[in-house]
Amino acid sequence: MNTQPGIIEPSFLEHKGKYKGLFSWIFSTDHKRIALLYLFSILSFFAVGATLGLLMKFELIAPGRTIMSAQAYNAFFTLHGIVMIFAVVIPGLPAVFGNFLLPIMIGAKDVAFPRINLLSWYLYVTGVSLVLVSQFAGQGPPDTGWTFYAPYSFRTTGNMLPAVFGAFVLGFSSILTGLNFLVTMHRMRAPGMTWLKMPLFPWTLYATGWVQLLATPIIGITLLMIVAERTLHIGFFDPTLGGDPLLYQHLFWTYSHPAVYIMILPAMGAISEIITTFSHKTIFGYKFMVVSALAIAFVGYFVWGHHMFTSGMSGTALYTFSLLTFLVAIPSAVKVFNWISTMHEGSLDLQTPFYWAIAFIFVFMIGGFSGLILGSLAANVHLHNTHFVVAHFHFIVFGGTGFAFFGAMHYWYPKITGRMYDTRWANIGLILFFIGFITLYGPMFYLGFKGMPRRYYDYDEVFHAGNIISSMGSWVLYSGLAIIVINLFASLRNGLLAPADPWGGKTLEWTIPSPPPVENFDEIPVITKGPYDYK
Amino acid sequence: MNMTPEIHRDDLTSKTGMWFFLFTEMLLFGGLFIVYSIYRFRNPVAFHLAAHELSIPIGTINTIILLISSTTIAMSITAIQKKAKKLALLLIGITILLGLAFLVNKYFEWGKHLKENIYPGSPVLALRGQGDVLFYGLYFFMTGLHALHIIVGLIFICVITSMIYRDKINYDNFVLLENSGLYWHLVDLIWIFLFPLFYLIT
Repeated sequence: MNTQPGIIEPSFLEHKGKYKGLFSWIFSTDHKRIALLYLFSILSFFAVGATLGLLMKFELIAPGRTIMSAQAYNAFFTLHGIVMIFAVVIPGLPAVFGNFLLPIMIGAKDVAFPRINLLSWYLYVTGVSLVLVSQFAGQGPPDTGWTFYAPYSFRTTGNMLPAVFGAFVLGFSSILTGLNFLVTMHRMRAPGMTWLKMPLFPWTLYATGWVQLLATPIIGITLLMIVAERTLHIGFFDPTLGGDPLLYQHLFWTYSHPAVYIMILPAMGAISEIITTFSHKTIFGYKFMVVSALAIAFVGYFVWGHHMFTSGMSGTALYTFSLLTFLVAIPSAVKVFNWISTMHEGSLDLQTPFYWAIAFIFVFMIGGFSGLILGSLAANVHLHNTHFVVAHFHFIVFGGTGFAFFGAMHYWYPKITGRMYDTRWANIGLILFFIGFITLYGPMFYLGFKGMPRRYYDYDEVFHAGNIISSMGSWVLYSGLAIIVINLFASLRNGLLAPADPWGGKTLEWTIPSPPPVENFDEIPVITKGPYDYK
Repeated sequence: MNMTPEIHRDDLTSKTGMWFFLFTEMLLFGGLFIVYSIYRFRNPVAFHLAAHELSIPIGTINTIILLISSTTIAMSITAIQKKAKKLALLLIGITILLGLAFLVNKYFEWGKHLKENIYPGSPVLALRGQGDVLFYGLYFFMTGLHALHIIVGLIFICVITSMIYRDKINYDNFVLLENSGLYWHLVDLIWIFLFPLFYLIT
C-alpha cells in the first residue's frame, strides 16, 4: 500500500473500496468509517432521548397533568433512561472518538480486530432496535425506569422482554469494543511507544476497556436472570418464591456503578488532550493522570452500595461503601487539579474546544461535589430518590460526558471531516447550551433538597417556581444543541479546508493529513518522545 | 484492507483477544456463582437435601467426559503442529463425540426431573418449599447456560474441523483451533465448579 512519492493518497472519506454508496459504510471494517457509523447512530438516538427529556420537562412545567398521563410519563423516563445510558453515553466517547482516534494516536493502522469492530456496531444497532420495538409491540411500553428493579420488572405487564434483551445485546457490543481496544493497545502500539509514552486519551480508554470487559458481563447475566424470571418463573429475585429483590439491586449496581466510569473516563481523557493542546504546555503530572485513571476504574468496582443506602444493608456495609465513595473522589480531584495546573503559565489559545473543556470542569465539579453530599450516609437518607439525585447525575453524565463529547467533537472535527467549523456560531451554541444546562438542572438541586421526589409526573404546588425555571432551561438547552449540530453540519459544506494540525496539537493524529488517509500512516512512525512534547 | 488477512496475521493478538473474552465469560458465570452462594447460605438444609436427589454417577461420568474431551482437543493442537492432519481430525472428532455424549447425558438427567414434575415454575416444586425452588431454579439455569456454551463450542469446533479438513488450518496457521481449545477448556472449567456445587456438596 505504499504510495509513490508525490501522489496523495485519498482520504478515508473518498476511498473507493469493494462496495459503493451506503454499503461502502455499513460493510466497511475501517475503524474511521465505523466511528462515523457510530457517530450518526448515536446522534440520532441522542435526538430521540433529548426530545423525550424535553417533553418530560414540559409535563413538569405545572402540577397535575399537562401533556401526558402518569403511565406515559413512566414510559417516557424509562425509554429516556435506557436510550441515553445504554445507547448514548456508554458507547459515546469510546465508540466514536475511541474508534476513530485510538489507532491513530498509538500509531496503528486499525484496531486489532476490524471485523469484530464492525460486528459490535451491528450488535449496537440491533440492541437499540430491540429497545425501540418494546415501545410499540406487545402490551405497552416498559415502565420500570432504566434500572429494571425487581420484583416490578417481572410483575409489570409492560413489554419488558425486548427492552431487557436489547440492553443485554448493547452490553455485548460494549464488551467487544472494550476487548478490541485493550488488545489493540497491548499489541499494536507503534515502535518506541512505551506504555508511558501513550497519550492520555488512549490511557483512559484502556482503563475503560477493563471496566467494560469485567463489569458488563455481570449485568449481562443479571438481565438474563430477569428474562428467565419473566418467562420461567425461576424465583431468583421474587420474594414469594424465596428470592431476594435486594440481590438484584446489588448485581445491577455492581455493573452500573462501574458503568458510570465507562462514561466519564474517556471524557476525562478527551478533556486532558484538549487542555494540553490549547495550553501549549505539557500536561501537568502525566503519570498521576495515568494512575488516577486506573485508580478510578479500580475503586469504581467497590462503591456500588452507595446506590442502595436506603435499601437495607448492614451498618458495616453502609460505612464501608460511604468511605469508599469518598475515596473514589480523590483520583477525580487529582485530575481536576492537574488540568488547572496545566493551564497555569501555559499560553492559552481560547478556541471553542477549550471553552468546552472549561465548561466541563465547572459542571463536573458541581456534579462531583453533589456526589459527595449523596455519598455521606445521613444526607443520603434525606436526598435519596429526590430530584437532587437527578440533578447530580445529569451534571456528571450529561455535564461530564456530554460536555466532553461536544468538546471532543469540536476538537477533532477538523481531523475527522477535513473542514473547519464556524467558530462564532459554535461559541453561541456553547453559551446557550451552558446557560440552558445550568438553568435546567440547577433548580433540581433545590427542588430535591426541598423534598420533590423523582419519577413523578405530578408535584406539590410549593415546587412550582423551581420547575418553571427548570423547564425553561430545557428550551434554552435544546436551542443551543440545535445551533451546535446545525453549525457542524453546515460546516461540512461551507467550512474552510482544515490543515493537518489546526490547533498545534502534538499527538500523532495531528501529524497526518485531515481527513486521514485510509491506512492512517504511510509509514508507521517511530516514537522517541513523550506524547505532549512542548518545549 | 481486510482482504489479505494472511499478511496481517498476528497469532498472539488473536490469542490475547480470546483470553480477554474468557475473562468476560468467567464473570458472566461469576454473577451466578454469587447468587448461588448467597441462596445456599440462606437455605443450607434445603440445598443439602435437594442435592441428594441429583445423580452423582451421571454427574461424574459427565465430568470425566468433559475432562477427556479437553485432553483430546489439546492433543489435536499438538498433532496439527506436528503435521499429523489425520490424527488431529481423529482427536477433534472424539472431542465432538464426547461433547455430544455430555449433552445426551444432560438430556436424560433433565428428562428425569421433568418427569417428576420438577422444573422452574412447577406447582410440585412450589409445594416443596422455597429452598427447593431456588436450588432447582439455579440448577436448571446454570447447567442450562453451561449446556448452551457446550452447544456453541461444538458448533465452533465443527467449523474448525471442516477448516482443518480443507487445510485452512494447518501446522503453520492453527490459532483458530487453539482459540477454540481455550474456549472448550473454559467450558470444562466451569463444569468443574458446577459439578461439586450441585452434586457433591451435601
